[in-house]
Amino acid sequence: MARTLPKKDAVIIGLGWTGSILAQQLTDAGLNVVAIERGPWRDTSTDFNIAYMQDELRYAIRKDLFLKPSVEAMTMRNTAAQTALPMRDYGSFLPGDGVGGAGVHWNGHTWRFWDSDFSIKTHLTQRYGAAKIKNLQLQDWGVTWNEIEHSFDAFEYLCGVSGKAGNLKGQIQPGGNPFESPRTREYPNPPMKMPYASTLFAEKMQGLGFHPFPLPSSNLSQAYVNPLGVRMGQCSYCGFCERFACGNYSKASAQTTILPVLMKKPNFELRTECEVLKINLTPDGKMAKSVTYLGADGVEYEQPGEMVLICAYGLMNVRLMLLSKIGAQYDPVTGQGTVGRNYCYQTSAGARLMFEGKHFNPFIGAGSLGQTIDDFNGDAFDHSKLNFVGGAGISCTVTNGRPISNRPTMPGSPRWGKGWKQATVEGYNNTMGFGSQGSSYPVRENYLDLDPTYTDRHGRPLLRITFDFPDNDVAMSNYLSDQLEKMTKPFNAKFAAVARLKKGWNSVPYQSTHNTGGAIMGNDPKTSAVNKYLQSWDVPNVFVIGASAFAHNAGMNPTGTVGALAFWAAQAITSQYIKSPGALVHA
Amino acid sequence: MKRFVLAAAFAALSYPALAANTDAGKYQVVLGDCEGCHGKNLAGGVVLETPFGKMVAPNITPDKETGIGNYTAQDFRLAMKRGVAPGGRRLYPAMPYPSYAHMSDGDVAALWDYLRTVKPVKNSVNVNQLRFPYNLRVLMRGWNFLFFRPVPIADKTKSAEWNRGAYLVNGPAHCGACHAPKNAFGGDKGQLTGATLQGWFAPDLTNEPNAGLGSWSPADIVEYLETGRNAHSLASGPMAEAVENSTSRMTDADLISIAVYLKDLPPSKGNGGAATGIDAQMKAGAHAYDITCAACHGRDGKGSALFPPLAGNAAVRQVRADTVVRMVLAGGKAVATQKAPTGPGMPSFGWRLSDERVANILTYVRNNWGNQAPAVSPETVRRIRSALHSG
Repeated sequence: MARTLPKKDAVIIGLGWTGSILAQQLTDAGLNVVAIERGPWRDTSTDFNIAYMQDELRYAIRKDLFLKPSVEAMTMRNTAAQTALPMRDYGSFLPGDGVGGAGVHWNGHTWRFWDSDFSIKTHLTQRYGAAKIKNLQLQDWGVTWNEIEHSFDAFEYLCGVSGKAGNLKGQIQPGGNPFESPRTREYPNPPMKMPYASTLFAEKMQGLGFHPFPLPSSNLSQAYVNPLGVRMGQCSYCGFCERFACGNYSKASAQTTILPVLMKKPNFELRTECEVLKINLTPDGKMAKSVTYLGADGVEYEQPGEMVLICAYGLMNVRLMLLSKIGAQYDPVTGQGTVGRNYCYQTSAGARLMFEGKHFNPFIGAGSLGQTIDDFNGDAFDHSKLNFVGGAGISCTVTNGRPISNRPTMPGSPRWGKGWKQATVEGYNNTMGFGSQGSSYPVRENYLDLDPTYTDRHGRPLLRITFDFPDNDVAMSNYLSDQLEKMTKPFNAKFAAVARLKKGWNSVPYQSTHNTGGAIMGNDPKTSAVNKYLQSWDVPNVFVIGASAFAHNAGMNPTGTVGALAFWAAQAITSQYIKSPGALVHA
Repeated sequence: MKRFVLAAAFAALSYPALAANTDAGKYQVVLGDCEGCHGKNLAGGVVLETPFGKMVAPNITPDKETGIGNYTAQDFRLAMKRGVAPGGRRLYPAMPYPSYAHMSDGDVAALWDYLRTVKPVKNSVNVNQLRFPYNLRVLMRGWNFLFFRPVPIADKTKSAEWNRGAYLVNGPAHCGACHAPKNAFGGDKGQLTGATLQGWFAPDLTNEPNAGLGSWSPADIVEYLETGRNAHSLASGPMAEAVENSTSRMTDADLISIAVYLKDLPPSKGNGGAATGIDAQMKAGAHAYDITCAACHGRDGKGSALFPPLAGNAAVRQVRADTVVRMVLAGGKAVATQKAPTGPGMPSFGWRLSDERVANILTYVRNNWGNQAPAVSPETVRRIRSALHSG
């Protein structure tokens, strides 16, 4: 029998990026908020000690900061005809764990999806006709660019993003990304200083007539004080971002941007090492009344709340909805049901170039340090003669020169011993790369549901991922690989190789922690789990915030859009929902 | 019935006056940093490490059994200003009654009124954990005779601000409790020229240009006390607590008064100036600094908007290096205030830097970019390291 606790105005599940933003905005509006976080408390000076944070073995290889499969695993299969098996280790993607969530170990790429993403179905249908996208389950997101632009702005200023505007209120800006949608003001900080590989890439791309620009980065180019008064340091280009927490206060995370203010608020409470088991609904299933969680003391608690905000990792948001019967499970055969629909991923390929006599110095790195071209992203290029839609950003980033993972050698070199060591010495400073990070568009067959066989340590079914790269996306990625091939030419490298994506998603090698969809936003309760404000259509005092709301994934990193959606939902709650609780959109 | 009505009417009449006085009293809690020792709820329990053993701050909530619920206003005044509790029991000057002796009776009364309104908390505290013979309270009679000499601090030739500052610094804010050097018996000797306590060195607050506040403007002092940081320094350790509980909540007028007074303190003798014969230490220290410290504090020692500078930082230039050695070995968290909420942390480097390396780095830091201070020896680092381990 769970012990019942005093009621709160809002119960937040998970204190990562979205949970922290929602908690900050809702407590500012005067609400009493409790956040329940499965993982541990973590803070910069105590847990991300700059003196040992660069322990590659501990953090990058042994994955110290990540979710352990023993806590929550998932099962996977490529098609519904197969039997899904549990992932015994997280490989293809690495969900975060603890306060700050995956926002602790991210690289800091902070993109805005485009105007044409939020209205993707309308846009592509108008430009190419409905037949062009008939095999895809693309749909508009419900929110429009003009509505959400200021939420992107809020997230960028919170993080102190370093970048260069490419489109200021419709005016194309030299040096920025000409394909981005109009923004109301410049980035809060100037771009980072570029390493040689990225500079060389930009030169060559310019020579080919493309439009390189500095990648928008939440690694800070200079010290910064954000709108909450929280101070951040300048990035030292140490090259320990991805898979690591920043010990230098220079990568935006909940810890470095919000928590110093949030944690001091009398109307905010955080409970760590408390795992939410389910959200309890009223008998008619129309309202959430509480969440049940297992406390750090092993006791089960029931935390009642006026509203419940599901702010865990996107995949876990979907699982919690399914476990709590919030909305109906999506069925890929009938197309009925909404929860689990439009699961998407990322479709990537890359080029590697090796030279002689270069000094790329890859140890001067940062998670989000580099140059990008968007000439082949989204619908920036004409698809009318192509057999796909979508595209990819192509970036040359120098994230690290870490000693265990980064040991490029010329093909044909010995794989061990003295010869390998010699090849490593030659390869280390002579290798650069650039890659395409491509869109992932929804198809009927890719979805999420609860596994019929495998359960977690509490006996709850695991989430089952049914996913393979759709034909459209494989065609897109291979087209991008053709472009990468052409782009390698002007470098006159001694060796160049371009990878090509094949069907058959493999969950073992790392690819991307950009899992999106499953509780998507939209205008129609038949095809979306949450409305344009990320409010559940079925249980209106539940909001589900995260990349789970993406109706598709674009050819860019999702965190910028996740942050914007968090501000967007928070605004809807504080300006509309609190005054008049209930459905904000009537279908 | 009539009496009841009268009493009620009286209560209604007196309420605003009492409220005003309890507000004033609440501000006395801020000025005196009562929470710093007696805890957020004033129910005691905070341990003070002294050279004479441990002391634990008592419960000062109005709980009758474990707090001061049985005190009278007069009892309270005597405890505050004479160090004598009911029944003639002598207090130890860890309770800074030598400072509070300067407080006006009005301020003490306001504080008393406020303390009577706080929530009584039952919390029994074993206050006296001192070693023999210091645990004998009767000794305090002799101590008081020798060292407790409250002298008037007002000076009619100075401005009203100076006088208010002098009152605050020497009275309720009891700055000397940490910043004034102590004799072997824990009595104050001399002015606010800096002192070691609890493993930290509370800096020189006089207007001395190198180790003191000579290079700080009054506005710098106000900013530091209000936010915990300024262009020169960042509060951590015991001062972080003092800023958080006390100075950041003081009125602007009071902070300005404190600044005016401190800027007028006659300069101390300084820290002895630049170290000599340290070429080897400087060379080794420069190398170790560049790879260990420069990412945050800068190769130029100027820090950033987030990390404090080391160049010109008074905390770095004190005659004794205890604070900086401790920061390098154990790390520390800076103050977080409403106006400067970040509270960045200095991580611990003790596990990976030898005594010699810490000594080299700090000798370099204390004698570079215009800093001048005595060298730090590996023995000093070893002493502080072992104190940290045993603490």
